[in-house]
Amino acid sequence: MTPPDPPPAPPGGAPAGPAGVPPGWGEAAPVPWRPAPGAQPPDLQPPDLRQWQRLHPASAIVRIGPGLAALLALYLLPAAAGGSRSDDWIHLAVVALVLLGGLVTWLVTRWRLADGVLQIETGLIRRQSLRFPLTQIQAIDVVRPGMARIFGLAELRVRMAGGRSRGRLSYLTLAHAEALRAQLLAAAHARQAGQTAAPARPPVETPLYSIDPRRLLVSLLISGPSVLLLACVVALAVLATVAPGVAQGVAAGSIAYLFGFATAIWRRFNGEYRLTVADTADGLHVRSGLVETSAETIPRGRVQALRLVQPLTWRPMGWWRVEVDVAGKAIGGRRNRSAKQAGKALLPVGTRSQAAWITERVFPGASASLLRPPGRARWKSPLRYGRLSAGLDTSYAVTTSGRLRRVTDWVPLAKVQSVRYVQGPVQRRLGLASIHLDTAGRSVFAVLRDRDEREAAAWFASLPDACRHARAEAPPIPAP
Amino acid sequence: MGGPSDSWLSARPAGPDGTLGPVLDEWRSPSPLLRRLRRTELALVAVPLIAAAVVAGLATGAPAAGAAAAGGVLVVAVLVERLLSRRVGRWGFAERAEDLLVRRGVMFRRESVIPYGRMQYVDVTAGPFERAFGLATVRMHTAAAASDARIPGLRREDAAVLRDRLSALGESHLAGL
Repeated sequence: MTPPDPPPAPPGGAPAGPAGVPPGWGEAAPVPWRPAPGAQPPDLQPPDLRQWQRLHPASAIVRIGPGLAALLALYLLPAAAGGSRSDDWIHLAVVALVLLGGLVTWLVTRWRLADGVLQIETGLIRRQSLRFPLTQIQAIDVVRPGMARIFGLAELRVRMAGGRSRGRLSYLTLAHAEALRAQLLAAAHARQAGQTAAPARPPVETPLYSIDPRRLLVSLLISGPSVLLLACVVALAVLATVAPGVAQGVAAGSIAYLFGFATAIWRRFNGEYRLTVADTADGLHVRSGLVETSAETIPRGRVQALRLVQPLTWRPMGWWRVEVDVAGKAIGGRRNRSAKQAGKALLPVGTRSQAAWITERVFPGASASLLRPPGRARWKSPLRYGRLSAGLDTSYAVTTSGRLRRVTDWVPLAKVQSVRYVQGPVQRRLGLASIHLDTAGRSVFAVLRDRDEREAAAWFASLPDACRHARAEAPPIPAP
Repeated sequence: MGGPSDSWLSARPAGPDGTLGPVLDEWRSPSPLLRRLRRTELALVAVPLIAAAVVAGLATGAPAAGAAAAGGVLVVAVLVERLLSRRVGRWGFAERAEDLLVRRGVMFRRESVIPYGRMQYVDVTAGPFERAFGLATVRMHTAAAASDARIPGLRREDAAVLRDRLSALGESHLAGL
């Protein structure tokens, strides 16, 4: 597959990684921090990371930015319109209070790196001390929300398995964030390998592909939410011509939903704009974003599951979407919750062969042949039956399903956390059963649905051993 | 409350270090006390309902309607009791060399295999009613939210023994993500 677009060059000034490791990272400590000459611009030489450090002072403003902007708009608009000036001081006081809050948050937050553990302390009234052992970090992302970009700042997000703990350093300068990311990764590698100093690994990237924004836009415009939005607007328009009074009420009631659909589409577009995938030593490097840009690495060997999705409306085009599931959701991902539900896109839209190509890249050497369920499964899953199939080989499970949208799930057996045999009342009547393969991922899980009872029982008996075998065979997972 | 014969652990000899050893590859069930606990919980809901129906029937001067309502509640309670009883009877677990098997469900039959190496942690919980019966629930957590390894109605001592054994097995089999 040829890249549709040359991917953008890596952000300028990305440092070549640290040449040495501060003491405390390795087992045999006393190696003083000494950056290789010329490896980094002098102003980027980080201070001793074992000392407590503050975030960038402008974070105080960036953090409260959206709220502040809303407040200002709220207050300035009436003022500009010549409203009463009597309560200006209240407005000023509110703004000052918000600013003070941001400042206090900045003041009470500090972080450091000691003994291979990233420590973050925050909170004024409820003090929080968070610890992130480098060896257990799943991934480190550099995220740049719109407001942060104005100030040239970036947020460093640390992802752990489990996803409860929040590791965010918001905000640092972009150069600092990228340097720190490289340092943390190198230190994690060093600890994993038990070395005293990490080899400086220049971020060698092999660009794989970049998604054409026009295709992304078209694909989003004909996807579910857009079609629904359009249908609602058309219905409202028709209603408005027939019965204007009723339409007004309906519109008032449904405006929030319409807005929700619109934001969902916008989020997808913003989040997956010009998505670029590159191959690096750490794994696949994914960069994307229009207003808020993010760069994240999907570590090799940490992909829990992969899903190919084809919404109903994409069928004529033959387009597919490829999502991967990595253990632990992005920390502090509240704002893009809908994106989380949809899963992390590796290929927001692409042809069948492109999807197959990236699947092979993530899960090499899969050779499962798909088996159809018995014909009587039609009674249990009439809509799905035509798409149902499942296959197993020694290292992967593949299932296809979907009523309106077509879904193909891939789960490496080495990642299976537990296996469940489930048989509902209808299935029991028909002599069918399903096998669920649970993984640590959030959104993708394989269900070998509606198989013959005996086949399912045989699989259920052999799968635990197969998973154990696959786990033993799997290459050791490198540090994030 | 239940004597020593209630324990699925006490039937076996103590291990060399004094703890009770596991029995491999054998289905074991929650304590029979769990059935009594479920019945008690059901009675705590059904009896006040029946009483309320009778009182309301007498107060409104329609004792027949009250009796009918009470009878209805009674019939439903008996049916629910049958179902709960079957559920308790169906619940079981087996410790194998490499993994734990848990089965449950009457309508929807489920059987789970959880490799010890995948265990993140084990917890033991006991609600107020369970505490009153000296029971506890052991739950094995993996990194997958969908994993379903809950064993209710264990005697509290057995739950502690099982918890310790599972966490020891989890440590010795530990596998990364």
